[in-house]
Order: sequence, then structure tokens, then C-alpha cells
Amino acid sequence: MSNLINTFTRYRLPVKTSSMFVIVLFSATLLASMANLWVPVDSALHVSTYTITLLGKYLCLAMLAMAVDVVWGYCGILSLGHGAFFALGGYGMGMYLMRQIGDRGVYSNPLLPDFMVFLDWGELPWYWLGMDNFGFAMLMALAVPGLLAFVFGWLAFRSKVTGVYLSIMTQALTYALMLAFFRNEMGFGGNNGLTDFKEILGFNLQADSTRVSLFIVSAIMLAIGYVTSRFIMNSRMGRVVLAIRDGEPRSRFLGYRSERYKVWLFVYSALLAAVAGALYVPQVGIINPGEFSPLNSIEVVVWVAVGGRGTLYGAVIGALLVNYAKSRFSVLMPEGWIFALGALFVWVTLFLPKGIVGWVQDRFSPEVEEQTTEPNEDRGADTAPTNKELAS
Amino acid sequence: MKQIMAASCLLLLLLSSGGAMANPASVSDELSKVQQAQGTAQSEVDNTALLSAEEKNTELLRQLTQTKLSKVAKILEQLEATQYASVRPLFQTLLDGALYYQRADLRLLAIDKRGDGTLLANDLLSGEALGVVSKKTIKKIRVNNRLRVYLRDALSRLALQDERVEVREAAVLNMLDKLKPTNVATLEAAARVETDAGVKTLLQLALAMNRLTHSDLRAERLAAIETMAGRLESSVRNQLYTLVENAAESDELVQAAAEKALKGIDGKVTAFGYVEQLFFGLSLGSVLLLAAIGLAITFGVMGVINMAHGEMIMIGAYATFVVQQLMPNFLEYSIWVAIPAAFLTAGLIGVLIERCVIRHLHGRPLETLLATFGISLILQQAVRTIFSPLNQTVVTPEWMSGSLEINAVLSVTYSRVYIFIFALMVFAALQLVMKKTSLGLQVRAVSQNRNMAKSMGIRTDRVDAMTFGLGSGIAGIAGVALSQITNVGPNLGQAYIIDSFMVVVFGGVGNLLGTLFAGFSLGIANKFLEPATGAVLANIIVLVFIILFMQKKPKGLFPQKGRAAE
Repeated sequence: MSNLINTFTRYRLPVKTSSMFVIVLFSATLLASMANLWVPVDSALHVSTYTITLLGKYLCLAMLAMAVDVVWGYCGILSLGHGAFFALGGYGMGMYLMRQIGDRGVYSNPLLPDFMVFLDWGELPWYWLGMDNFGFAMLMALAVPGLLAFVFGWLAFRSKVTGVYLSIMTQALTYALMLAFFRNEMGFGGNNGLTDFKEILGFNLQADSTRVSLFIVSAIMLAIGYVTSRFIMNSRMGRVVLAIRDGEPRSRFLGYRSERYKVWLFVYSALLAAVAGALYVPQVGIINPGEFSPLNSIEVVVWVAVGGRGTLYGAVIGALLVNYAKSRFSVLMPEGWIFALGALFVWVTLFLPKGIVGWVQDRFSPEVEEQTTEPNEDRGADTAPTNKELAS
Repeated sequence: MKQIMAASCLLLLLLSSGGAMANPASVSDELSKVQQAQGTAQSEVDNTALLSAEEKNTELLRQLTQTKLSKVAKILEQLEATQYASVRPLFQTLLDGALYYQRADLRLLAIDKRGDGTLLANDLLSGEALGVVSKKTIKKIRVNNRLRVYLRDALSRLALQDERVEVREAAVLNMLDKLKPTNVATLEAAARVETDAGVKTLLQLALAMNRLTHSDLRAERLAAIETMAGRLESSVRNQLYTLVENAAESDELVQAAAEKALKGIDGKVTAFGYVEQLFFGLSLGSVLLLAAIGLAITFGVMGVINMAHGEMIMIGAYATFVVQQLMPNFLEYSIWVAIPAAFLTAGLIGVLIERCVIRHLHGRPLETLLATFGISLILQQAVRTIFSPLNQTVVTPEWMSGSLEINAVLSVTYSRVYIFIFALMVFAALQLVMKKTSLGLQVRAVSQNRNMAKSMGIRTDRVDAMTFGLGSGIAGIAGVALSQITNVGPNLGQAYIIDSFMVVVFGGVGNLLGTLFAGFSLGIANKFLEPATGAVLANIIVLVFIILFMQKKPKGLFPQKGRAAE
């Protein structure tokens, strides 16, 4: 019971962190954008377009990390398949961008994307219809992952699949989708995916201004996502979600339909991931089935673990830090990076269970030390860990 | 002895029908080697007449070197009629275009042209190695296409008289595909003296096929169809199919009989197709079982999520590779060293992982999952750095390669048969360890109630390490088996990790028999779906099925019951 009270009292003052987060995010975004557009190229303060795109990419990944944090940090659902929602959102955007190419493709076919011409397809498959309309495409980019999350979550949570089982099932989900999207017959470009995009909403994707705009849009969406998530977590629903994380049977006995809360939270998280994916694709210029790979999804979990879960901003910090390190080190020593990433997994779980944010809090504000975001911490001691324990 | 008699009968028969040759007789010095090679006991039959035949043979061989291309056919026919064992290597060499003779003494040579252009000579008759010869001292005996056709035919005819049953069988099967009137007499003669029942049936089948085409008697043709019914050889099917399809058959009775026979054959072929799919399914199932069985221990019994499990399999496969590199001269036996080596390597690494990482994450399954995933990344990269990112070649021992031909449409590769047996053996051994040894007892005790086990004096941390080592070691053994059928590369393990988890979860966590059942049923389901959907889609369908199944029965097919489940 003490756990419940702790968590309830803990998350009382969100407005301060929210506004802090938004202020920091926007000032950084505006500074970087201005430095790119208005500072001359030879100046030391100039930020290259490459960097802007890279930053925009990081922000999308941060949003994905936040989506994972919403379900893992706050509800204890460790999803190893969030990359699937991210990639589905990305494919939605990719289909729109593909249709925008029009007859400027290699085969100059005004109706069909290049890969369909290449595969000798006569006409556009039905699920590509309407994707040339931006609004409809974006709706689909959200609806499809949302629906998938709903169906999957509804099936899984209703039959009380939890813990490790759920994690492995989410992994199987993204793995199955990866296999499916690798097939040419699916009509999503197979192995090569969708690429060679030209413009979005009439703006040239290669132009500096478009890149900066996309970067700013990413920042805005991240901020909206953050504030919304914060709002949800502080609402009554958020508290029930925390209660479910810390003791699902107890909260069920108290009368809450835990599976409903979990399903909606899962759908919300999938939508966040889909938005991130849709923003990610125009900035990197490609979407392929590799995004579904289980490794990608599990990497996201590590970003969250590094930053500190159950805080939202921790996930963002973790995603930015790890991705920055990845960009730097994978160029310097590609082999070493994998070792470092592997070691990071082990090191964080062993020595930084609360992530960087938790470590900083423990270090500099001892009064919150008792209030932990770690689920199950005080239960491990008094109950024998059995299969039941593992599943809860 | 019976065989020898039969062979000599056949010989006499053919000689009389050929009409040309005198009987073989006495033993000259040169001939003794030929006799040894022949291995038959012709000399015992009639020793007196061989001299003249031998002389004739030598004369023919001499003529072969001197005559014009147009006359070669005649000489070859006479040579064939001599029935000497030396005729077959001669014809084969001639067919391969490797037959030369020495200009000086007309000695026949088999020339082996090596990559660097040098010519290695062997004496054709004695097999004596003559070393490198100069191109100037030898001359090739040329053949044209017509001769090649004749040579191929003659070789199959000669093979019919080989004393090895499998050679005779192969020869008949070879003749079935392109049945020629010229061969019929040989086949008939062979059928009369054939002692092996299987070969005899085949010979009669060949004659029946011939009769169906060439005979005019209805009864004979119907009898021929009767003989052909139920045979699975593709040439039989083709012949019947042509007969039924072309509708050129005037005789309705024959037509009807052929249709019926074809239907029966097709039904049989379909049935064997299912048997083959079942076998493929069992084979895939045994691979899945091998991959999952170690996980059934670490995940199922211990409850530790080991994402590095696939890498333990990979380490086992690389252990096989290293063992083969260390003993390149004993590849045949390397696997017997590789199995314990893989078990120990993977097992020790497993114990190390347990001691250093997993122990500290006890009771936090999700963190264990992440940490072991990190370990899997490290292990993969370590293998990439130590060996190479490319696949390594693991040699399959002689006794494991090839396939077991059950009949004309069904054959199974030995490696898959052995892996199937191996998987069952590993499973049985593991079951024995878990049920009959004190370690197994302790493992079960700890998994059921850790604190109680501890208070009974079981050293739980030691049991944990041993269990994890056991599970990892078995994964290593699985790697040895997998190295025989898949590519050995750094990503080997990744391909199996999700499937392994699916098998364990589907079968029911903590239930080894469930794992066995799940492995085989998923394997068979996959292979039966494959013809209809293709391999990838079959894989996806099975995955989706398991995901849906898990919603219905979250604890798997065979959930643990009783106190252990609480």
C-alpha cells in the first residue's frame, strides 16, 4: 500500500517540469534554426543543414522513446515492438511522399511508383488509393498503428498476458511484420522500401527551409506529445495506470478495469510512436522493413533505461544522448560501437537501474530517494520469485 | 558362389548370342592384374580358352589405336562383347575424352589434364601411374557424337553385369529413362540371370515398358500396364501420361487400364508427397526443439529470460568450426570432439554470465532481458572481430552427407535424419538429468520454492549457476547440429531466438515435454503451410497463430499445475 501512496504523492507538481522541458526544447530549436538560416555559412556559429536534419531525427527518436516510456515506465508494459508502430507511421508518410513523386521517377510513370513498374504491376493496389492526399495519408499513418495497437492490446490485456510473455509477443509482432514487409508481394517496395522522395506538400525536401521546418515541426510535436503525456499521467487515468504498474491484482480488486486502462494507454503510446515515425521519414528520406527489426525496438528500450524511465524527460534525454553517442562513435569505430552499446545495456541495468535522471536525483536531492520509480522493488524481498512472480 | 555361377551363365549366354568370341581361358602374367581388378572367378570356370580371347582382346586394343574413326564403332562393339572388366574403364575414359596411346609402343593411357597444363598419365590396363608425360609422345583416340551415344549405352549395358547390386540397379534406372530397342536384348538376358529381387523387378519393369510401346498383343500390353501400375519411377509416369494424354491409343481397354494405373500412381505420389512434408516438418521441428530446449531450462525452469541464448547456439557452431580447424586430418571424427567442446565452451560462458550479471538481477525479469540482450550484442560483435563478419565453412562429415533414397519419389538427407535422432537423444538426456540426478532434483526444488529449498540446505546460487550453464551448454550442442545444415555466421543465433521463445511459450513454460510437442507441431505446421503460402508467409502465419493462441491460453499448451505454478 505504501507504494501506491508514494506514487500518488510523487507526481503532484508536473507543471514546473513541463514548462521547463518545453522552454528548453524550444529555445534550443529556435537557436539551431536561426543559426542555420540566418548565420552565414562561414561563421563559427552556423549550424549546417546536415546537423539540423540530424537533430530533427533525434527529436523523432526521442518521441519514440517517450512513447515507450509511457507504457514501460508508467505501466510496466515492456514493449519490444514499438518499432512496429513507428515504422507503420513511417510507411504511411512514405506512401504519401511516394505518390508525390508523380512522373518524376526513374520510369516516369505518372500513376505507379517505380518499384511497382519494376515489378510489372498493372495498377495501384487498393490500399494505396487516396494516399496522395496528405490529410488522408496522415490519418492512415495514425489509424493503422492505432488499430493494430488496439487489437493487439485488447487481445493481450484482456487475457491478462503480462510481463515477459507480453514483451516476447510484442517482439514476435514486429518480427512478423518485418518478414511481411520484406515480401515484394506486399506492395510496399519489399527489401528496398520507399525512397527517392521529392517533395512534401509542394516543398522541396532537399531545401534548407523545408528541413528547418520539419525540424521545428518535430520539436513542436515532441512538445505536444510531452505535455499531453504529462497531462494524462497527472489525470485520474494516469494514477490508475501507476497503481496498475505497482500492483495490478490490487488495483483490480479495488474495482478498476485494469485491462481497459492498459489498452488505451497502449494505443496512445502507439500513436505517439506513429507520429514520430511519420516525421522521421521525410527527414531521413527512406523507410524500409529494417525499421521493423526487433533490434531497433529493443534499442529504444535502452534509451529509456539510460535516461531513466517513468519520467518522460528521462526518455528524451536518454534518446538524445545515446543517439548522439551512436552518431559519433559508429563513425569513429564501427566495431567498438556495438561493444559499447552491448556494455551499455548491461551497465545500465546493473548499476543505473533508475537511469541518469534517477541517479542525478538520488545524488542531488536526497529527499526523493525513498520515492522510487522502480516497480516491485519492495516485493522481491518477501516473496519467493516463482513463475507467477515473473509473469506479474 | 551362386552369384558367380549366374555371372558366368550370363557371360556364356551373351557370348553365344554375340557369336564372335571364343571362351576365355588361361592366365597370362599381364592378365593377372586385370583378373584382380575383375574380382570375378572367370578363370575358375574354364581356364583353357582364355588365351585366345586375351590375344584377341590385345589385338582389338591395338587396332583401336591404329584404325580410322569410322571403324572405331566396330572395334568397340567387339570389345564390348569380350565382357572383360577392363572394357568399362576403357569406355569410360574414351567417353571422357581422356584416352591416349603412347606413340612408341601403342600402350593405352588415361590422361589426367591438370590445371597447369601438365599431363599425368596412368596405364589404362594396369592402373600404373606413369607420371608426367610429354604431349609429343602420346596421341589421343578421338570419338564423335555417335560414338559417345554408343559408349553411354554400352556402359549402362556393361553396368548391368556388375557384381554390385547398387550399380546394376542404377544402370537399369538409367536405362528406364531412355529405353532403346538395342538394349532390350541385354535387358532380357540380364532379367533371366538376375538374382537380386529388387533389380529383377526393375528389369521386368523396363521390359514391360518396352512391350507396352512395341507389342501388338492386347494381353501382353495389359500385362505390361499391370506390371507398371504402382511404380513411382518418373519414366513410368511419363510413359503412361503420354499414352493417356495423347489419346492416340486405339485400344480402349489398354487406354482404360493405363488411366487407372496412372491414377493409382498419382495417388501414391501425392501420399508420398505428404510423407515428405511430414519429414521436413519433423526435421524443422527437431531443429526448433534443439534450439529451444536449452531455453526451456533457463527460461522455462529457472525463469531467466536469456536473450543471449541464440548466441550460445552460435558459439556452439563456432566451436565446431574451431575444432575442425584444429584437426583438419580427422574431419570425420571432429564432430565427436566438437560436441563436448561446444557444451563446455557455451556452458562456461553461460556460468560466467550467470555469475557476473544475471545473479544481480534476480527477480527482475525485464531487466534481465535487457542485460542479456546487451550480452548477445557483445558476443556477436566479439565473434565478428575474432573470426570475421563472413560465414565460415563447416565441413559435413562423409557419413552425414548424401541422402537415403526410400523410393523414386521420396528421399531424405542423412544430415536431417541424424539431427532428428540427435535432437531426441539430447532431449532424453536432459529429461534424465532433470528427473534422475540430484542436480535435477535441486533445480526443480529451487524453481518451485527458492526459500524453502535454501532452508533445506540447497546452495541455491550454485544451483542457479549450474542450471544456467546446463541450458547454455545444451544450446551449444544445438549449435553443433545446426552448423551442419545452416550457415555459420555471427547472425546464426538471432535467426533462432524468437522461434525458440515461441516454442517454449507455446509448449508451456517449465514443461520440457511441452517444448518437445510444441517444437514438432510448429515445425510440421510450418512445412505443411509452405507449399500453399511460401516460406515467409508460412512463418508469419505461425507467428500470428502463436500470438493469438497466447491470448487464449497465456500459459501455453501444457501449463504447470499444482503448487509449482503458484
